[in-house]
Amino acid sequence: MYGKGILKGLSVTWKRFWDTYTEDISWVLRGKKRYNTTEGIAHRSSKDTKGIFTVQYPEEQLIVPEEMRYVPFLVYDEAEEGKKEVRCTSCGICAKVCPPQCIWIVRTNDPATGRPVPVPTEFYIDMDICMNCGFCAEYCPFDAIKMDHDFDIAAYDRSVYNLEKLLKPASYYASIRPENAAREDEARRAKEAAKAAKAEVKPAA
Amino acid sequence: MATPLTATVDLVARFPDSVSADARPGYTGFIVKKENLVEVATAIRDEFGYDLLTAVTGVDYLAENKMEVVYHAYKTTGGTGLIFKVQVDRVDPVEVPSLYDIWAGVDFQEREAYDLLGIRFTGHPDLRRILMWEGYDGHPLRKDWKEPFFEEEAKPFKSRWPDGQHTFAENKNPFRDNLSFPAGFDPEAYQPENEDDLYASLERFRSKGADDALKTDHIVVNMGPHHPSTHGVLRVAITLDGETITGLKPVMGYLHRNHDKIGERNTYLQIIPYTDRLDYFNSMSNNFGYVTTVEKLMKIPVAERAEYIRVIMAELSRIQNHLIFIGMLMNDLGTMYTPSLYAFEERELVLDIFEAVSGARMMCNYFRFGGVVRDIPDFALQKIKDLVYERLPSKTDEMERFLNENEVLVARLNGMHVLNAEDAIRYSVTGPVLRAAGVPYDLRRADPYSIYDRFDFDVAVRYNGDMMDNYLIRFDEIRQSLRILEQALKQMPEGPINSQKPQYQVRVPAGEAYGRIESPKGELGFYVVSNGKPNPYRYHVRPASFVNLQAVEKMCVGAKIADFVALLAMLDIVMGELDR
Amino acid sequence: MENEKLSLPNYNIPEDLEHVVAITTIDRLYNWGRRSSVWPLMFGLACCAIEMIAAQTARYDMARFGMEVMRPTPRQADMMLVSGTVTKKMLPAIIRLYNQMPEPKYVVAMGACASSGGPFKEGYNVVAGIDKFLPVDVYIPGCPPTPQALIAGMIKLQEKIDKQSIKKVRWYQKGREDANYVPMPILGPDLIDVRRNAEIKQAAAVKEGA
Repeated sequence: MYGKGILKGLSVTWKRFWDTYTEDISWVLRGKKRYNTTEGIAHRSSKDTKGIFTVQYPEEQLIVPEEMRYVPFLVYDEAEEGKKEVRCTSCGICAKVCPPQCIWIVRTNDPATGRPVPVPTEFYIDMDICMNCGFCAEYCPFDAIKMDHDFDIAAYDRSVYNLEKLLKPASYYASIRPENAAREDEARRAKEAAKAAKAEVKPAA
Repeated sequence: MATPLTATVDLVARFPDSVSADARPGYTGFIVKKENLVEVATAIRDEFGYDLLTAVTGVDYLAENKMEVVYHAYKTTGGTGLIFKVQVDRVDPVEVPSLYDIWAGVDFQEREAYDLLGIRFTGHPDLRRILMWEGYDGHPLRKDWKEPFFEEEAKPFKSRWPDGQHTFAENKNPFRDNLSFPAGFDPEAYQPENEDDLYASLERFRSKGADDALKTDHIVVNMGPHHPSTHGVLRVAITLDGETITGLKPVMGYLHRNHDKIGERNTYLQIIPYTDRLDYFNSMSNNFGYVTTVEKLMKIPVAERAEYIRVIMAELSRIQNHLIFIGMLMNDLGTMYTPSLYAFEERELVLDIFEAVSGARMMCNYFRFGGVVRDIPDFALQKIKDLVYERLPSKTDEMERFLNENEVLVARLNGMHVLNAEDAIRYSVTGPVLRAAGVPYDLRRADPYSIYDRFDFDVAVRYNGDMMDNYLIRFDEIRQSLRILEQALKQMPEGPINSQKPQYQVRVPAGEAYGRIESPKGELGFYVVSNGKPNPYRYHVRPASFVNLQAVEKMCVGAKIADFVALLAMLDIVMGELDR
Repeated sequence: MENEKLSLPNYNIPEDLEHVVAITTIDRLYNWGRRSSVWPLMFGLACCAIEMIAAQTARYDMARFGMEVMRPTPRQADMMLVSGTVTKKMLPAIIRLYNQMPEPKYVVAMGACASSGGPFKEGYNVVAGIDKFLPVDVYIPGCPPTPQALIAGMIKLQEKIDKQSIKKVRWYQKGREDANYVPMPILGPDLIDVRRNAEIKQAAAVKEGA
């Protein structure tokens, strides 16, 4: 019969249409909320998703995996009295490894001796050149530059970020990437402990 | 893999006077004298059976004052390839005989070498610029040519650190923009080049009717570069006799982003994220091809677990690509949106995995030399299993149920000829289009790379070479990919994910390498020449879309204009890869 | 969101007339109409175009913002979403499309490439930002911006539209007709921006002297 194939195809669309209602009803019957809840969004991104697939940004947001990367930012540790201890030592590895070369770093020199001090005077990233590749974060030996999850950075002008705009606290980093932050903190503490142990041995020797 | 590529034939014994082995350290293949090139090439095709010429590219050896053209020929029955080269003096005009009459598949690639390196191929029927426009000043890939925003020969640039005051590149250029004009140029007096050559080239297939026939005029139609169904910024000039296509020429370069030139300034590592942006549907496959090539040069092993992760990612990418192909084909045929919305739903789920693993949905930048960046997190591995074992098979079935028997679709696709095997090989077409024409040529089998020789799968092949076969073979390939994925997930061992230490400066010994993989669109090749420095001396991409597009003229002449869009869709082109 | 309502907030409308009567200003009415039906030009350049398509599909569904009607012809489009690398070869086509769009028209630079040339900025065939030729309303960084980032950028555009005044928008200004028309660049030995002819001639002459 001519038209059988079309009807067969339409049965698929019909099933999909029908699924939107059965799925919603089944959530209501189970006493669960399908929309605006983490559980609902997670289910919509899982293998069992059927029916409505939309995640209604900005009211709802997709659950981002920890490794998600958008643009880079610099991490600082919060010291007392709101002082910012910038982790960056201006070693320049990120600027060297950056594929589109969108990182500019001004190294600080001690005014008295003229020797370099491990802290950047200025740090620029041209966000409109950055290709979000994540190399800077991957190869930074000091866990100082990391990739952000925040993608809501559209602007009415070109975005060249300076040091002030790039800095974000370590607590923020720990909140977006808890596993990575914990692992890195652990490694850093171990390293410092080893260093301290070495230093203790040295004067004795 | 370690056997030299030239072990299979002894070309020097056959042509003692005109062929010599390439003896430079790290190089393989033969150097053919320019005068005998056509003769030797004919023998390579007819006597030695290398029927598929995949890659042609030029290299500018500035220090030796030489230009070299490198050819890579393969057999469609599989096996390793034959590399032969021609060297000519670097004095304009640089001329090399064209091999168009032997392999029509050199068409675009010779034009590209002419455009970017200024090598004139004598005897080429239509030697025009291909990526840049007529009238553009200079041949950009020559080593003594500098782009307007030229900063230094190689990255990293010194102005970034330690005194990296931010400046816009515009401020360093005399024209305050990405521009460079010859000295004394007067824009007001300039007369732009016209496109007469393009339109003249359309006349090739013009029918010469009998003298007493009714005089009719042919219309020239320009489709694109802004056209919803040319899959991006492709322009096609078509001559029509009524509704029948009598001549057709693709015009490209509207997305030419200078991948090769930027690649030659980059370090080896920095190229990886740029390869993501070649075929932007399959960044994992592009990474795969590039790192395989460089690993060949570096002669380093790949961590066992990483090999499996690579295969899993590449195959997921293939499934996602073919689903989108089906969706987009339906869009082109006029079934606006529903099938492609269904396809995009599955794609989103695959991209979720890529994002969890690599950090980005599309531009994964996931592979490193010797392995991958990071292990698959547990939840992502579970997601992959869920998709491979449950969701994707059932959704593929659903897609088939949804479309395959649809009478309108069947009427549209069945018996609509695309390419036969002979033409496909002649035009160097690879990938699903070649396999749908009855040639079971899949690099995963024909010239296995990575660990594909460990998996049990069939090379999808269909024999009619019509649109229906081209469409159905995508479903076959999805099924085979799922088979590979199931095996890979079962066999994947524990262990480190990289055989090397993480390092941002890799040492690559001098030499050349051509690596190729079976990307979802065909053979994706990378040709890299190293001179031992941190950045490649020559870096060339042999994209599947670009080479496959050569056949579009053959496919479409004689067809109706209404079918053109569908025929073009069959080639599954992606402009990022086509224009680079 | 406050601006989605047509009525001005500080007028008391009796409850039974709430959905029947609205008290508002012409600007607000104009902007409300504009913001709720920004029709994009169906126009993709590169990688970002794929994310633009993804933003139109089921998961992100830009139709919720009245932006689902992708128009293949510029004559019916309100917004040009420059999604991808603008090359010199493509630029004349883009300018022609822009010139054909009716006012009000908005330009959104999606992704690094459209904003400034992005990772390909150093390339010889790449235009270092569409803002050299067209007035860009919103820049969305990212390479490529995820569909959610694109939608966030679209919300920024809506916020910008909300602040516009019919008296001040550039396309209704007397003597500013040129604001809506960009002269076509020419493909010569390099891209010739005809507005800068004198400057190019001068710089080329200096080059000769040097």
